[in-house]
Amino acid sequence: MAKPILMLAEQVRGQLSDISFEMLGLGRRLADALGAPLSALVLGSEGAPLAARLGLADKALTAEDPRLNMAPPGTMADALRQVIEKEQAGLVLIGATNVCMGVGSILSARTGLPFVNNVRQAQAEEGAVRLTSQMYGGKILADVRLGGACGIAGIYPGAFPADAGRSDKAPPVEAAGVTVTAPKETFERYIEPETGDVDITKEKVLVAVGRGIQTQDNVGMAEELAAALGGAVCASRPVIDQGWLPLSRQVGKSGMNVKPRLYLALGISGAPEHWEGMQGSQCIIAVNTDAKAPIFDGAHYGIVGDALEFIPLLTDRLKARRG
Amino acid sequence: MNIFVLLRLAPDTVEELEIGGDGKSLDADILRFKPNDPDEHAVEEAVLLKEKHGGTVTVAALETPEVDDILYTALAKGADRAVKLTGDLGAAQSEAAARLLAGFLKAGGPALAPDTLILLRSQSIDDLEGEVGPYLAEALGLPYACVVTQVAPAGGAVKVTREFSGGLRGEFTLPLPAVLGIQSAEKPPRYVPIAKVRAAMKTARIETVDAGAVEQPARVGVERMYKPEAAGRAVMIEGAPEEVADKVVELLSKNSVI
Repeated sequence: MAKPILMLAEQVRGQLSDISFEMLGLGRRLADALGAPLSALVLGSEGAPLAARLGLADKALTAEDPRLNMAPPGTMADALRQVIEKEQAGLVLIGATNVCMGVGSILSARTGLPFVNNVRQAQAEEGAVRLTSQMYGGKILADVRLGGACGIAGIYPGAFPADAGRSDKAPPVEAAGVTVTAPKETFERYIEPETGDVDITKEKVLVAVGRGIQTQDNVGMAEELAAALGGAVCASRPVIDQGWLPLSRQVGKSGMNVKPRLYLALGISGAPEHWEGMQGSQCIIAVNTDAKAPIFDGAHYGIVGDALEFIPLLTDRLKARRG
Repeated sequence: MNIFVLLRLAPDTVEELEIGGDGKSLDADILRFKPNDPDEHAVEEAVLLKEKHGGTVTVAALETPEVDDILYTALAKGADRAVKLTGDLGAAQSEAAARLLAGFLKAGGPALAPDTLILLRSQSIDDLEGEVGPYLAEALGLPYACVVTQVAPAGGAVKVTREFSGGLRGEFTLPLPAVLGIQSAEKPPRYVPIAKVRAAMKTARIETVDAGAVEQPARVGVERMYKPEAAGRAVMIEGAPEEVADKVVELLSKNSVI
């Protein structure tokens, strides 16, 4: 029998993130193919009710210590290392998310296990696991084979279906018996999401601007278009980093996850980090000067052209319609 | 404060990428390199910290083609010292690169100066691990924080803000010396005119330090590299700009968005 598979469930203040179920579904599929047991680990206080929801695991382990809530990567890695040893785990699944960033590398440095991050596909094959890692901003995929199905995989959010990881069953839950060492990095406080004038997660129409918007003045043009559509303006990381829009308008890995009826992506190339935050939109229309921009691979409708030229043309037409 | 910024060039992903003859790596002949975006933020944060709190900024990079450009650019932006690490570097991946960088940082003695702060990109796009900071922190035995967007010195420590998800952030205190993976600087990276970079090339010198050889082979290798096949492709709306705008209005109306 192959070595057990261990997945690190991700919780943010008492809520399991989607990535937990995405990894659980994947872990179940690999475990069945390899003939290996699957364990899920929940770190942090009040883990038991969360562990009870991980029914696709053969067992769920908890380490209920408040120092493991949103813990620094070294602290999480240390807890995982202890569980790997105890369970004799071979393959370890961790979310390639901001919350767990750094955990895989530190665990790899401490255990000597190889670490493959940003994994989008995974297949069991004859006692090994083949992983496909996304590199170069999603433009290239790299296949890697973990012999003996031993190693650490950072699972890219949204790459595997979360529904495949949900179940009504409850798994047997045990305490993992982890000893927590005081982290060198001290957690001080949460900084709550900025509540702007607009909650972009509740808007039905979003006009999203990226690098292609070029200047802060042009953001005003996008605001006008959003007003004509009865929606709001949001942005990808480069625009937020420039300070042209507040953090509350950021869509993507660090920002908000939005699912509007219409997502109008203007001058956004479609980097994986952005895609992660808007892939659930019902209708995505993308405008970009680069015909090869990855945004066109996922958008429903595409326009190769200059967003700055397109915005006023569309705004004028919408205003004229309204009279 | 004694600030180090560790830089690396990455392929410009706006350009076309091609797979090399070995099928396992990119075709290096046609690659155009640029600084990693988060590296530029790390340089900016370092220079901002120096401007606010004093100290020196040293930028260092493993030798790769064109790496002098980013070192001179960092000097033009306000770094005090630039170091290029040479040696038998091969294509050092995250862990191997971290060990070489750790060797350089520790060259001054077994312990780093107590006011040392090491900044680098939070994530990389050009290897399987996608991050070098945690490996570096482990090799140096130092505290580490990633996805950092704010840094403030506080006595013998730094207070940092890191991003989680959904706009939630957290504040952590790390005793110095420490390693920080920077996501974005407090201000957008400053622009330096090329004339200023040229001036730096004339007046400043890049120090060369022998980093030795890569001792740590990669724990896992790439078997095959390829371009993803698009799962779907957008329906392209074509025509003159006015025509395209008309078609979009029609589409929105059909979908009852307007």
